[in-house]
Amino acid sequence: MSNNSLFDVIGPIMVGPSSSHTAGAAKLGRLARQLVHGDIVEVRFTLYDSFARTYRGHGTGKALLGGVMGYDLDSEELKHAETIATFRGLKFSFEEGHKDGIHPNSVDIHLTEDNGKKTSLSGSSIGGGNVVITSINGIETRLQTNLPAIVTHHRDRVGILAEITKFLAEKKLNIAGMNLYRSAVGKDAYMVVEIDQAFDDAISQELRDLIDDIMDVFVIENR
Amino acid sequence: MNFFSGKQLLDLCKEHELEIWQVMLNRELEASGRTEKEIFADIEHSLEVMFHSIDQGLATYDRSLGGLLTGQSKKLYEELGEEKFYLPDRTLKVVAYAMAVMECNARMGVIVAAPTAGSSGILPAVLKDAKETMNLDTQKLIEAFLTAGAVGLIVMQNASVSGAQGGCQAEIGTSTAMSAAALVHLKGGNARQCLDAASFAYKNIMGLVCDPIAGLVELPCAKRNGLGVLNAMLCADLALLDVRSVVPFDEVVDAMNNVGNTMPVAMRETALGGLAATPTAKGIEHELFSNTELNKGR
Ligand code: SF4
Repeated sequence: MSNNSLFDVIGPIMVGPSSSHTAGAAKLGRLARQLVHGDIVEVRFTLYDSFARTYRGHGTGKALLGGVMGYDLDSEELKHAETIATFRGLKFSFEEGHKDGIHPNSVDIHLTEDNGKKTSLSGSSIGGGNVVITSINGIETRLQTNLPAIVTHHRDRVGILAEITKFLAEKKLNIAGMNLYRSAVGKDAYMVVEIDQAFDDAISQELRDLIDDIMDVFVIENR
Repeated sequence: MNFFSGKQLLDLCKEHELEIWQVMLNRELEASGRTEKEIFADIEHSLEVMFHSIDQGLATYDRSLGGLLTGQSKKLYEELGEEKFYLPDRTLKVVAYAMAVMECNARMGVIVAAPTAGSSGILPAVLKDAKETMNLDTQKLIEAFLTAGAVGLIVMQNASVSGAQGGCQAEIGTSTAMSAAALVHLKGGNARQCLDAASFAYKNIMGLVCDPIAGLVELPCAKRNGLGVLNAMLCADLALLDVRSVVPFDEVVDAMNNVGNTMPVAMRETALGGLAATPTAKGIEHELFSNTELNKGR
């Protein structure tokens, strides 16, 4: 808490009513959207425990959906997310799920793009608008960040991390933290690199083109 | 320049002959690496959003998401001047402001958490009132904002400010303490008096549990924001009279935190105890949640 800013004490500026059930939900929706490059045509939410109960009373559903459409936690649009989604032709559905030992404010978000590609993200809202991502496309993560980040989807192999960090160093981007998650040796892996400075989205394209075995790169803004 | 306790803050004020807001500003400048101009601009923006949330709350009788708030703040505001109340109009107006923010919040309007969403009504309300009745300029409001922020910061470093962890005393208590300190500053009180007022705020509601009906930030939350306004003004006035807090601020915060830690889980936002556990509240909860689109298997 020693690095808390004045605006962590009086803030955030957010759509009500609840920092964990509304603001955190919007954040999770936005994070999921940032793992997708194309147009999202369908989204399916599985809400657990307290999230399922506050779906309406705290606007958790609207916030999640608004986040998936790219709205921020202080956008008036969150309140009208369902109408906006319908207007845009975005199909959405909510269902309740049950899992033992899961954090009470948890959700699975399943996105489908216009080309049929599917992406999923699971996460929990852990209080004060902070969230943790617990899995990306079925690969378990433990990611909690408030910094901008680069997410690479790559094939696990010797030396790939060194190539990625070298690339970032050449771009003069300082790495604040790095997390690696993989399904198995030599298989699908995700790396999340938190960056201190804001950076140009274009580097994600560059990174993908430059390094072998990188399937995809995403940029998380995390405002 | 940094501080982790009320004592450290007061020492810094004394040593450098600064007021609380100046110490807080210096800390923010150092911690964020931003300029005074940028920080002031952000504070001004937060103040605008705060005042806008009051206007939004007072604008309609629209129901809240959970349906428990139905425009009570607007009703109160409109019936002022009818000489039917005990409290003076000016005081009730500030109560209406605070409740208005809670209605805005519960309708998915935009608010500034201060320090949380459930306690976001008190600080905007007292600042708006002070601005109107004392004819304050923006600089003064910024000073008040920083003073409130300094108090909140100390508490966040030493205790929890969420109802789920420390009960309502932690949530409403902290926003009240922050507001009381800001009010003392606006009337020319010194740093010690600001913290005395903050101490009184906790003492007056020590032990208050968090028991929102159906787990929604609606009832009793809106009224408790109203109470917070009265409490903040009372505490500020007593401190301005130079009544001193026998127990120093840091010890009061520790006491509050200890009470929070020993509070049963049922009394900490789980909607399992207090008001939330009454048959009426349970009935409301049942009605609300058996009707969600979710359970209908949409
Ligand atoms: S009862 Fe709980 S939710 Fe309501 S204002 Fe108090 S702490 Fe916040």
